[in-house]
Amino acid sequence: MNALDLALYSNYALYSAMAVLALAMLAYAGYLAGLMPARSERREHEKESALLSTREREEALVGASAGPTGSVESSGERVVASDDAGSSATSGRALDEGVSVGTRKLGGIAGSLAWLGTILLAVSVALRGLSVSRAPLGNMFEFAVVACLFVMLAFSLWSTRRDLRWLGLFVVTPVLLVLGVALVSWYTEAAELMPSLQSYWLVIHVTVAVIAIAIFFIGAVTGILYLAQDKVEQSGRTSFLNHFPGSKALERLTYGLHVVAFPLWTFTLIAGAIWARQAWASYWNWDPKEVWSFVIWVVYAAYLHARVTSGWSKQRATYIALAGFVCILINYGVVNLFFVSQHSYSGL
Amino acid sequence: MATTSEHNDLAAPGADDGPTPSGGTPVQPTLGLVGWLRFLWRQLTSMRTALFLLLILAVAAVPGSVFPQRNIDPTRTTDWIADRPTLGPVLDRFGLFDVYSTPWFASIYLLLFISLVGCVLPRARVHLRAMRQPPPRTPARLERLTAYRRLEVPDEQVEGTLDALEKSLRRRRFRVHRHQPGTLSAEGGYLKETGNLLFHLALIGVIVGVAVGHLWGWKGDAIVPEGQSFAKTRFDTFAPGPWVDDESVPPFTLRVDRFHAEFEREVTGAGQFGMPRDFTAYVTATENGVSYEDEIKVNHPLEVDGATVFLLGNGYAPVITVRDADGEILYSGATPFLPQDNNYQSVGAIKVAAADPGLGFHGWFLPTAVITAEDGPQSVFPDALQPALALTAYEGELFPDGRPQSVFRLNTDEMTQLSDAEGTDAARLWIELGETVEIPGGRGTITFESLDRFAGLSVRHDPGRWLTLGAALLALGGLLLTLLVPRRRVFARVGGTGPEGRTVVTIAAMAKADDTGLDSLLDAVHDDLDPALVGQGSRAEKDEGR
Ligand code: HEM
Repeated sequence: MNALDLALYSNYALYSAMAVLALAMLAYAGYLAGLMPARSERREHEKESALLSTREREEALVGASAGPTGSVESSGERVVASDDAGSSATSGRALDEGVSVGTRKLGGIAGSLAWLGTILLAVSVALRGLSVSRAPLGNMFEFAVVACLFVMLAFSLWSTRRDLRWLGLFVVTPVLLVLGVALVSWYTEAAELMPSLQSYWLVIHVTVAVIAIAIFFIGAVTGILYLAQDKVEQSGRTSFLNHFPGSKALERLTYGLHVVAFPLWTFTLIAGAIWARQAWASYWNWDPKEVWSFVIWVVYAAYLHARVTSGWSKQRATYIALAGFVCILINYGVVNLFFVSQHSYSGL
Repeated sequence: MATTSEHNDLAAPGADDGPTPSGGTPVQPTLGLVGWLRFLWRQLTSMRTALFLLLILAVAAVPGSVFPQRNIDPTRTTDWIADRPTLGPVLDRFGLFDVYSTPWFASIYLLLFISLVGCVLPRARVHLRAMRQPPPRTPARLERLTAYRRLEVPDEQVEGTLDALEKSLRRRRFRVHRHQPGTLSAEGGYLKETGNLLFHLALIGVIVGVAVGHLWGWKGDAIVPEGQSFAKTRFDTFAPGPWVDDESVPPFTLRVDRFHAEFEREVTGAGQFGMPRDFTAYVTATENGVSYEDEIKVNHPLEVDGATVFLLGNGYAPVITVRDADGEILYSGATPFLPQDNNYQSVGAIKVAAADPGLGFHGWFLPTAVITAEDGPQSVFPDALQPALALTAYEGELFPDGRPQSVFRLNTDEMTQLSDAEGTDAARLWIELGETVEIPGGRGTITFESLDRFAGLSVRHDPGRWLTLGAALLALGGLLLTLLVPRRRVFARVGGTGPEGRTVVTIAAMAKADDTGLDSLLDAVHDDLDPALVGQGSRAEKDEGR
């Protein structure tokens, strides 16, 4: 197979991945729709388990504290709750409480489709890399596809550890959107790299950046769901969100994701500076791309600060995290295309 | 109770210093100068101020990406301001074209770092003290802590259980202390706070490294056509830091023997045709009288004599000869033209000072020239496939008042443009490689002899970069510690009798912030205990609970 064939097959794999992900999106949407009619039963369940304090219920839903409990003698509310956590987190019962079998099946199918889409994306990226004999990170199109791959990979791998069917729609839909835009507006022919990108730092710096962005993205999604869940809980409305982890658990999840992504982004900045010194003679030039990477870093640092600053609510802190993700979008979408920058690798 | 004299002593009004508790009219505390300073210091070093300063720093950095910056692209900045005669100077007044060296930007990050020092140093003191002190006493009611377990151990095994617990916790790097018999306190994860302090202090190291680079670093740029050499006396621009003394710039010379450039020809699809693929400058360096050959590529700078030479740009330097009407050579040499776009459409000027009156040409060099009806002459590919010069000619004073000027532009303030043969239009000279063309007005000829390339080289020295890098890596290490290490306390207390000769030992754990790992910690500690000690019954029941 020659390079052109490989690039062509890479594109076929990409189209197939998009088709499969579109099906996954529909299945996830169907799953969420299936959560709706069950709300009355859900309410009942809520009342029954009023014994459980909010906190414990959330733990049960997150399943984070899942584990065996102490001796039976210590039977108090707490231990009952923990037992609940232990069983429900593994079987996913808490999320599916009162949900029809069909809906549950749909959720499972969606998960499998997401896996298939992820694998097809990986194949596409691998073929693209082979066709150009380099890491496929040389232009905006390639960067976007790899970013989508990492998002899907992170989501799929994570979903083997815990039930993430509730999150699926909110991850797969934006991924599809980005893939679509990448194909339509940013498509760049497979080819060699320009001299400023011919460095192993490309692989180090950009791969870590993409992983960080993928995790920041999932963090932004859970952040938005947290804010929505918080509203729902305060108003006491019924919503499919009733089947989601509680607001406190979602907030903790959001924080956890950012805690993973922030050091990765810090590393991205350091690696970028080292590379900038090699390629452009100075480790920091205040080039627009660097400015925005710095702004992103500072905003997320502010988020981590806000979370522990007295007088700042978790909600307000989460808005800062979302602002951080908006900066990522600006850095990628606006800076690449409209600003005069040394990072002129968009290929457009 | 609260007398006036007491209030005078109250120098620092914190947030809690509200009205006096004694009733009656609240007496406003009077702040002396020291009081105010302390008040301001406390405000400045609060978490909330740090948060606001961080957010302001983020916002303040943005304009530098929107407006062209003088230190990055001076030409574009000048053009941008010239295009906006009203807005430009106003923005300039506020430093929006030098954002990162303006006083307002500096004051934000300096305040932030002062706040950081004021915040971190007291915390470091507290942390040091905490590390020397034993963990706190065991609370009375362990059932109130976030996670707890009740073990039933045979009466005679109580002490052994505590010992085993202590061993298990110490293995997990907890510090353990028994304040009273029958209790145990342990604390672990001091590294979390250590990491946090390390992170914040290392950020100061980063700033110091940057400052060192600014003060003692220097950079020199030169445009060097093939076959020519340059040394520190021949930089086109030289920008030393304020504390650089000239002696510290090494006296090496560097010759560019050949420059190789390659552009994409095969892939003709979107976004790739004509993209650069390889730039290599083959050079001969001479330091301390010793010469050697080497090459410089975009990602492979050359270390020479304590400085680093980078390849930052390249372009074409047409070799041009200008003769007067008698055939006498007035000007001859490789003349660099500055590329303006991806197809290397380049601007440049030829200044023939030996002519009388002075003779100047300026215009375009086009490596692959075509002339189309709509766009006129332009270059369609970056490589030199069909090179041509498109020039206009001037005569008059080349260097009015001897002011410095760009080598790529002609200052035509005191020059007049030469007209074509009919004397109606400005003369346009189109010269292809190897051609000789008459200069209008009987001023002689101009020849495009051959085509060289030039390398845009930059020599840099930054003595602060290792400090910056080291500090940045330390900060990353500290960050990982502070984010990943959990700070936890574990307590145990003997109390209450269980069934038939067994005693209840309660173990419990708590953390400063949300910590979802406490249960598994207790499980792990529990699993470390010898089943013989804790008793089979307890374990069996534990399994049932699963
Ligand atoms: C250059 C500016 C600063 C940056 C980039 C920065 C960044 C960070 C980051 C990323 C964290 C997260 C670590 C964690 O969550 O434990 C953090 C924590 C912290 N920072 Fe800063 N910081 C800065 C300045 C300051 C200042 C001025 C203060 C004091 C007023 C401060 C006080 C703290 C404290 C107390 C924590 C620990 C929060 C906790 O308990 O988890 N920082 N900082």
